[in-house]
Amino acid sequence: MSRDFLRQMPGAESYLKRGDSWLIRLHLDPLLMVLILILCGFGLLVLYSASGQDMEYVEKQAVRIGVAFGVMFLFAQLDPVFYKRWSPWLYLLGVLALFGVMFFGVDAKGAQRWLQIPGLMRFQPSELMKLVMPMMVAWYLSNRYLPPGFKAIFVSLVIIFVPVVLILKQPDLGTSILIAASGIFVLLFSGISWRLIFGFFALVAAATPLLWMFVMREYQKQRVLTLLDPESDPLGAGWNIIQSKIAIGSGGDWGKGWMHGTQSQLDFLPEGHTDFIIAVLAEEFGFWGVMTLLVLYLMIIFRGLYIAAKAQDSYSRLLGGSLIITFFIYVFVNIGMVSGILPVVGVPLPLISYGGTSIVTLMAAFGVLMSIHTHRKMLTK
Amino acid sequence: MRTDHHLKDPHRERRIFNVRAVIAGLFVLVLAGCLVARLYYLQMLNHEHFQTLSDQNRMQLQSVAPTRGLIFDRNGVLLADNQPVFSVVIVPERAGNIDKALESVRQIIGLDDDHIDRFRKRLKQPRRPHQSIILKSKLTEEEIASIEVRRHELQGVEIEADLARYYPFGELTAHAIGYVGRINEKELGQLDPSNYSGTNYIGKLGVEHFYESALHGKVGYRTVETNARNRVLRVLSHQDPVPGANLTLHLDIELQGMIHELMGQRRGAVVAIEPETGGVLAMVSTPSFEPNQFVTGIDFKSYAALRDSLDLPLFNRALKGRYPPGSTIKPIVALGGLDSGVTTTHYAIWDPGWYQLRNDDRFYRDWKRTGHGRVDMRLAIAQSCDTYFYELALKMGVDNISRYLGYFGFGENRSLDIEEAREGILPTREWKRGFKGQAWYPGDSLNLGIGQGYMLATPLQLAASTAVLANRGVWRPAAMLMSASSPEFELPHIPESERNDVPIKSPAHWDFIFSTMEDVMHGAQGTARASAQGAKYRMAGKTGTAQVVGIKQGEKYNADLLQERHRDHALFVGFAPVEQPRIAVAVIVENGGGGSTSAAPVARAVFDFWLERIGLIEPEKPAEVIVGAQP
Repeated sequence: MSRDFLRQMPGAESYLKRGDSWLIRLHLDPLLMVLILILCGFGLLVLYSASGQDMEYVEKQAVRIGVAFGVMFLFAQLDPVFYKRWSPWLYLLGVLALFGVMFFGVDAKGAQRWLQIPGLMRFQPSELMKLVMPMMVAWYLSNRYLPPGFKAIFVSLVIIFVPVVLILKQPDLGTSILIAASGIFVLLFSGISWRLIFGFFALVAAATPLLWMFVMREYQKQRVLTLLDPESDPLGAGWNIIQSKIAIGSGGDWGKGWMHGTQSQLDFLPEGHTDFIIAVLAEEFGFWGVMTLLVLYLMIIFRGLYIAAKAQDSYSRLLGGSLIITFFIYVFVNIGMVSGILPVVGVPLPLISYGGTSIVTLMAAFGVLMSIHTHRKMLTK
Repeated sequence: MRTDHHLKDPHRERRIFNVRAVIAGLFVLVLAGCLVARLYYLQMLNHEHFQTLSDQNRMQLQSVAPTRGLIFDRNGVLLADNQPVFSVVIVPERAGNIDKALESVRQIIGLDDDHIDRFRKRLKQPRRPHQSIILKSKLTEEEIASIEVRRHELQGVEIEADLARYYPFGELTAHAIGYVGRINEKELGQLDPSNYSGTNYIGKLGVEHFYESALHGKVGYRTVETNARNRVLRVLSHQDPVPGANLTLHLDIELQGMIHELMGQRRGAVVAIEPETGGVLAMVSTPSFEPNQFVTGIDFKSYAALRDSLDLPLFNRALKGRYPPGSTIKPIVALGGLDSGVTTTHYAIWDPGWYQLRNDDRFYRDWKRTGHGRVDMRLAIAQSCDTYFYELALKMGVDNISRYLGYFGFGENRSLDIEEAREGILPTREWKRGFKGQAWYPGDSLNLGIGQGYMLATPLQLAASTAVLANRGVWRPAAMLMSASSPEFELPHIPESERNDVPIKSPAHWDFIFSTMEDVMHGAQGTARASAQGAKYRMAGKTGTAQVVGIKQGEKYNADLLQERHRDHALFVGFAPVEQPRIAVAVIVENGGGGSTSAAPVARAVFDFWLERIGLIEPEKPAEVIVGAQP
């Protein structure tokens, strides 16, 4: 049957679903789109409460989401081939920008993370790197025989190492770890041997004490120590964690109700609308509210993994896989830090936290995923 | 590397990726499972713990200070009121930089260095956490407004409304009822911390101090919801405080005021007691001070002026002033002589103006150099003959004299609720051995017989002993409090069995002593007869003169002042009317000279005023009272 024949063709079956066809033609993935929209809607709802019923915050954030969707749409239109071709140049640009930050960067909150482009805008090269890092590693590896050999792995690690060190110097531990992770995920997806993976983890475990002694800054150590024992500094560094745990725990199963969270409404919870917004959600919507959010995230992540698995070439697969797992890592690190099982590293909750830069980068990544899914070559071979 | 030259195998690459994607999916599920477990732990297993912490965050138990009980005089005139006072305070925990906060407040309302010094002193003292520290009290409306307007820039600076004591009669009542002030460090350590958790003031002296627990009341509580900046959003529950009991005193503010005016610029004390009840009708010590400035905190300069004043305005002479009672104790010594059978009413001596002990060259002089001639007991009291009492004292001996003086409350504080009253000195053989390390000599007895020498008594003791005398020995301890508004409050009282009435065997002796004291006032030769002229009632009294010993060597006074302050103290005790005494009074005018000239007229005025006030005599145009006239 022709249906059977068509189904044999990779990626062709979606063309059979009529209702979706106009979205597909616009290079958008309907399922991902719907899930992201629900998540953003949920986010705005929580933000309204977390900001102390300030409509201005919600409107600003809605505009940002709109802009981010525009960026996603734009990124979805570009063919993965285009991304692949431009990967090395984007990487070069990103590294140069990071060097630029080092010499001409703008200070903000004790760290140099911004680059002022005269007459244009301020931008954060590390955000660019979040996308470009997996692209570059994927570009490099997809041109090699897979699974990669030692040389390929070594070169990949150098590719990862350079920008990560530059970001670490800003200093921005959280972002540098996440960007390193996004590059490493490409390596992991590329099929490097398990022996190497476990060997690497053993090495990390061994290196941790050395890192602690020679590399980590005092404030970073403090964060880890505070995590281990928040009560040691209840009014200083431990305050955030103590209060967020109280907010989450006091939420119980169904929460205190929207806009009725005492921790958030009475300002006991700091950063309630940005990094710690999950605590507000947990306090007001309870355990089941957080579960709903987690399920939404997991659906997005598994859809992303599916898209990556269905991609037609190695570059797209590696890039897609890394982007979606990095997205999960954001979710995990944020909820982990707010609930007190990870140190406070200043990672916003993706698509929910108030703030512009991160949401635009994330939606660009989803744009890339959609591009991967919708730019299919009917007959690749 | 070698492998790079192999041909790429898209199918193998896809297979590898799919395996890795499945592993990644499992990895995601495991980590997500960790989060679920963590959230389950926080929200389901430990929900109650965190719920409690959350409630502790937002809910605070605040104490609500009870309203202090009011104090009235016997006619319901308000003597101690509560009035709202606004103060600017700083909560150090919230202010952060205290120097900056002080500077901002200084710019807005203007502070003296004194305010800031006192603030810093209080800052160093131990206090409850988040307790505000007062910076300036008694703010004007304008000051309150200018602080409120700029409140947003003043972190930790607040306006506190408080009820503070106000004494409408000011210095008139300062010594009689005392005053309240801010709780100090020492008091903080002794107070019940929960009952005083909302209270800023405490009774420092007098009635305010003695009846502190009754006046204070019981603290109330309220549970409030606050935000992270400690601002109260709403009251969740409350338990009202129990206000302190209102007290009604025996004091009559009109009498008090009249005496105060009569004393004028003179230093001295007057205590008037109602013999029937022991109630203190008036307690005046002059000069006095303005108690209201002590309530919210007196500044250093004013306090130093009061403290260092030569006139000792802070010194309550009525309770703490210890004076030789002089001749005022002669009626009691005479009563002792009669009761102990040492002498009789008719016994008479010849007074040459002096007395001499056997084997002793020393002359014990009478105040009248030329002597009184033949003197019996009646005349000896009326004329206040010293020689007669030298001889009587020698016959009685120190043990007898002290015993009888002791019956009348000398040497101890036998008042009911006046704890600051001093005990004075009632010399005995034991006392002299203990304090002076010497044996008792007959000469000591002679001096004691005329109220000189070692004996010291307070005006309150003199008034109280006179009241007992007027009561014919029935003890009614001197008391300030007449009644209290709270039914739970029990008036202090002394059980009947411990009353220690004066045991005089023959009622005739009372009559005789009364009549001799009546002679002091009305007799042809009475020392105070000038003061009793024109009276519509009969009064009894005794004048006295106390030699001044109090001036220290080497103090630099100007000569005139020194002269004035070396003069004798004038004393007078008495009661009226004789038939049924309604008031007993003791008057001391420091450096007033003789008792008859400056003390007795005050007592006469008190008698007139009081007997008229209780309707015993018709009001008429006031008798000519010569106050402070010199002989």
